[in-house]
Amino acid sequence: MAKRAMEMDKPNGPVAAAMLAGGIGMAAMGLVTTLSEASESIRQSLAWNPAVGPLTGKVLVSTGVFFIAWLVLHLLFRGKEVNFNTYFWIAIVLMAIGLLGTFPPFFELFAPE
Amino acid sequence: MEITPRETWTVLHGMLFGAAFLLAFGGGLAGLYSLRPEWVTVAGIQERMTRLKVGLWVMALVAWATVFTGTFIVYPWYRAAPPEGTANLESFPRSFLLASESTSGWHTLGMEWKEHVGWLAPIASTVVAFAVTYYGPVLARKANERRALMIFFIVAFLTAAIAGLFGAFINKIAPIV
Repeated sequence: MAKRAMEMDKPNGPVAAAMLAGGIGMAAMGLVTTLSEASESIRQSLAWNPAVGPLTGKVLVSTGVFFIAWLVLHLLFRGKEVNFNTYFWIAIVLMAIGLLGTFPPFFELFAPE
Repeated sequence: MEITPRETWTVLHGMLFGAAFLLAFGGGLAGLYSLRPEWVTVAGIQERMTRLKVGLWVMALVAWATVFTGTFIVYPWYRAAPPEGTANLESFPRSFLLASESTSGWHTLGMEWKEHVGWLAPIASTVVAFAVTYYGPVLARKANERRALMIFFIVAFLTAAIAGLFGAFINKIAPIV
């Protein structure tokens, strides 16, 4: 049974969709964090929970973006064979945006004087 | 021997959930790396696959539990502002750290980095858990996809490790009590 399962092939679309959605979610976290640092009004608008502050909006927005992007991309890529490397590298660039945007010495560059 | 509710939640967040994720990483990475048809028998792949799927989903759930408890339960105690005129800031970790130039970096770099970057770990680990579940034993023949998943998995580990390391240091210098 395992041998038969190994010999079967599965389209890579759903995995490419998940990776791309992961990259989008991470980039969203980086962007929201940097925007929140750059603008006091954005910062205030993200403080949905007074005890947690703007971090509430940052994490819920980026988590929401991840799951919504995943759902949409999954429906688009379902059952399809796509160029995996292209989507993987796009996901890596988005991941790098997420990593950079959540690094304090970077996002503090955008803080108002 | 006593432990306050705040300390209990801090331990759950850091020592139980966070540390469990970091400790499980080695097993998960080894499982992904060694999932090759030339190294493992068909029966071996089947046996590993079940373990890998369960392990990766548990890791993803634990990563989500870590960031949710950290952000919505522990963090408010960390950032609580002291009432006007409070001289002893020990119960207000953020203010305590910022009050001295020698400790302010633990907040401005450590906590600011930790509270954001930690959220990348559950996203990356969920992607890996889904992909392994979706492919199943077929993943053994897909070297390219397996390499990509290992990169996601390593990013999940590194981001969780940054968050965990700073969390441990900050809680040592300005504990939540």
